[in-house]
Amino acid sequence: MSLLKIAWRNIEQRALASTLTGFSMALGVALVVAVLVAQGVIADSFTRGACGYHLVVGKKGSQLQLVLNTVYHLQDPIENLPYSFYKEFVTTGDQPGRFAPYVKVAIPYCLGDNYQGFRVVGTVPDLFDKLEYAGGRKYEFEPGGRNFEHDHFFEAVIGASVAKKTGLQVGDEFQPTHGLKEGDGHKHDAFQVVGVLKPTGTANDRALFINMEGFYLLDKHAKPVEEGHAADEHHEHEEGEHRHAEPAEHHAGEEREADHPGEARDADHHDADHDKHEHDDAHEKAAAAPDAHEHEGENHHHDHEGHDHHHEPLPEEQREVTAILVLASNDFSAEALRTTINEGETAQAASPIRVISDFFKTMVSGVSIALLSLTVLIIVVAGVGIMVSIYNSMNDRRRDIAVMRALGAGRGTVLSVILLESILLSLGGGLAGFLLGHALVGILGPVVEAFSGVTIGFLQFVPYELVLIPGLIVLASLMGYLPAMSAYRTDVAKALSASP
Amino acid sequence: MLLLKNVKKSFAQPDGTRLPILDIAEFRVAAGEQMALMGRSGCGKTTLLHVIAGIARPDSGLVEVAGRDIGRLSEHGRDRFRADNIGYVFQTFNLLPGFSALENVLLGMSFTGGRVDEARAQRLLEHVGLGKRLTHKPAMLSVGEQQRVAVARAMANRPKLLLADEPTANVDTGHQQQIIDLVRNSCTEENVALVLVTHTPEVSEQFSRVDHLDQLNQAVVSA
Repeated sequence: MSLLKIAWRNIEQRALASTLTGFSMALGVALVVAVLVAQGVIADSFTRGACGYHLVVGKKGSQLQLVLNTVYHLQDPIENLPYSFYKEFVTTGDQPGRFAPYVKVAIPYCLGDNYQGFRVVGTVPDLFDKLEYAGGRKYEFEPGGRNFEHDHFFEAVIGASVAKKTGLQVGDEFQPTHGLKEGDGHKHDAFQVVGVLKPTGTANDRALFINMEGFYLLDKHAKPVEEGHAADEHHEHEEGEHRHAEPAEHHAGEEREADHPGEARDADHHDADHDKHEHDDAHEKAAAAPDAHEHEGENHHHDHEGHDHHHEPLPEEQREVTAILVLASNDFSAEALRTTINEGETAQAASPIRVISDFFKTMVSGVSIALLSLTVLIIVVAGVGIMVSIYNSMNDRRRDIAVMRALGAGRGTVLSVILLESILLSLGGGLAGFLLGHALVGILGPVVEAFSGVTIGFLQFVPYELVLIPGLIVLASLMGYLPAMSAYRTDVAKALSASP
Repeated sequence: MLLLKNVKKSFAQPDGTRLPILDIAEFRVAAGEQMALMGRSGCGKTTLLHVIAGIARPDSGLVEVAGRDIGRLSEHGRDRFRADNIGYVFQTFNLLPGFSALENVLLGMSFTGGRVDEARAQRLLEHVGLGKRLTHKPAMLSVGEQQRVAVARAMANRPKLLLADEPTANVDTGHQQQIIDLVRNSCTEENVALVLVTHTPEVSEQFSRVDHLDQLNQAVVSA
């Protein structure tokens, strides 16, 4: 009979005490597993999302806020950048922008709307065609889907989590709601889903990406034009098809602040009578684009075939972008760009990897270490519980140990049996705790997702969990040592002579 | 098979003096011999068995079992020697409560250098009439059945010497003879020397050799 079986029989003999001590170990391990998995998955998710490009460029302010808002769709945007600043990163016709020689890809981000609480991002198809994520992975679409096209203004691509939670599929339409948070905001024109992204494990799973050209045409998304210019434009069109339009100079002459910081320009004073002004966007567009007025009557019918074909892009002077994702030509160019942009007065450039790394080092790591220390302490306390349980049983088992010795078991053998009992209890409790911890992660997943935007599930593992096995064996050996030594020192003759 | 010469054993008392328990000039048992050792309570019967089994070390003297002076062996050596050569039947059976009848016998085989012979363990239990109670734990067995398991366990490693410490003391009268017969027959079948300690004349009368520890042990005589 193996020592392991002898140890197991001894554990069975004290079933209640063994179960209770094992359960306390399970609780400790469950908490450690939950903390490790949550921390690991969140860190991994943040790192994945921060890969694929060098810089995030936005209005001056907090770098962390810029990165969290742009890369992870958390928090509110800072402010908008002029569209002309975005053009510095690209080549228009033959005219390269100031930063264009150092830039491989520049992707504009326009924020300001949501759909059922998920963030809607106005952007360009290059986001999925030219950028990668998580260290070299290309964006892929579920079968039957594709990227939206530049010329189809009201097409959209949605993230995997959005598709799962909203039920949207390729061919469906959705109406973004004005504002970044779910609420009773104004519903915009509908966009048609043409692609569902395969899961990426990044925050993009939780966003909807619409054609930026369509975004600009939505209600309240056009920046007011200069007063003089607007008056001229309005003059040309006031007798036209703009039956619901107000004079353009009425907008342009007022200071207007965005409902949501950073979103494309809003017109607060219009909120009270949305119905009357549901064609504002068309109006504003028309105010700057004289040849666009002929399409006004079709603007808000959700016939996208006609929609895309009959709309003209919003003039550049009425455009803004919330952020720009920049993939530089190389790492040196990226660093040079970052320095140059940060030295200017308009914008800031942040390296998402660096910002997130700093954030984890300063904030998350500290909290995680504190949490881990606490949970490890709970495991140690559970280990002490095992020690106390076995040690207290030694008086009752003294005679059994003496019998084993009388049958020929050496001191080392009885010591090993007691140590094995401690290890079995720890590992058994640890295994239960491992399952319990993952169940806890599965149950708390939605809460973590709501808080951090990271999807986390029962079957997610982190390598650090493997440390638990040797860790528990070492702890059990230490905790089993005292009762094992008590067994080792048993006076066989005395124990056998004692009354049973 | 067994030779004790000038064996002395004493225990320390609270006042620092030593209390002599054993003082035996000579004690011999031949291979395969069966003998009864009688004596009143406190005359050192159990201590003598412990010294013979190597559980306790004598203060002085020679304890030779199967040609080996076990007094010269290390503790580990004595443990291994005991497992290989000496069977022990206790007055209170001392079966481990968490183990089945079969596992208790297997346990007796677990501390030798050889392999655990489960077939032999089953045969031994069948021999003592417990072939259908292999998986029963001690609490599910009668007192007599428990002592029979203890006998099977003591015989598990084919010992050369069986020490039986009042094996019938806790068994009801109706089953006492069964246990004595079982022990003696088992020893006869496997040519095992038997030293059976008893204070019951009905038991000792069955042995051709009966020694009285009261007379053999000088520590008692001179007390």
